[in-house]
Amino acid sequence: MNLKNLLTVLVLSGSLAFATVSCKSKVSDADLRAKVESSISSNPGVTVDVKEGVVTLSGTVATEDERMAIENSAKSADSKGVKSVVNNIVVNAPQIEINSNDVDLKAKVVDATKDFPTISTTVNDGVITVTGTLEQARVQVLKQSLDALSPKRVDMSSLVIK
Amino acid sequence: MALTTKYQRLIETAQSSGIADLQIGEQEGVLHIRGTAPNADAKNKLWDVYNQLDPNYLSGDVVMNVDVTTQETGSKARVITQNSNLNIRKGPGTEQPIVGKAAKDEIITLISRANDQWWLVRTADGEEGYCYAQYLEPIS
Repeated sequence: MNLKNLLTVLVLSGSLAFATVSCKSKVSDADLRAKVESSISSNPGVTVDVKEGVVTLSGTVATEDERMAIENSAKSADSKGVKSVVNNIVVNAPQIEINSNDVDLKAKVVDATKDFPTISTTVNDGVITVTGTLEQARVQVLKQSLDALSPKRVDMSSLVIK
Repeated sequence: MALTTKYQRLIETAQSSGIADLQIGEQEGVLHIRGTAPNADAKNKLWDVYNQLDPNYLSGDVVMNVDVTTQETGSKARVITQNSNLNIRKGPGTEQPIVGKAAKDEIITLISRANDQWWLVRTADGEEGYCYAQYLEPIS
């Protein structure tokens, strides 16, 4: 009787001890979350949730590449602790703002090309078309000036480069 | 060929150059690249890569509007006109009256940015007015 009791106690305490140890070797959800968050800290638009080792990612990013990269970072943040990753991140590429207000764009093009007397420009539906001649060395400055106005397109295909 | 393939090296360069608020997107057959470069070198590098992929930018399938962040209020900039003086105007626009001039290579102080194209500046002589941002090169 006594021996049986002792045995039971021993087995119980043993399994308890084992359970405690196995619990300690596991990473807690909060720790895991901290690890995953720091591994993807460069993406402020993404939030991390962890439940029993399952990481759920949500939020928005600009590209599919980014979405997959974040998933991979989350997986490798703690390869033992992370059981799986649920990727609920939405790809939402922000529309890049384009100036298609021809009146505004025309006025800005006049300013931008004031120093380029050998070329002429037209603006139509947000597209700046450049004609005339220009020294090679100044082509980049011209293109930079025009791109800085955020047009839909800069067409210099008819420009003669000396 | 898809634009993102044609300009892959440009995109990769932009992504690895520490460009802030980098936006890359294709709209109506044109690849738009936006952002703020940490310095003039990073911006120049992008333009060099772009020029290698599309010599003289004649294809017209990229619009790259990358600013340089060092153009901060109170910092200095060099006038980089071709050979003429840079007009300093009463307001931001070429229709505004000229209130002063800055010589080529003159160093001026940036006071505040009026918009993407115009800076309010002060010359070494103390003249204040607006001048065109494209003709100013930040001094780091």
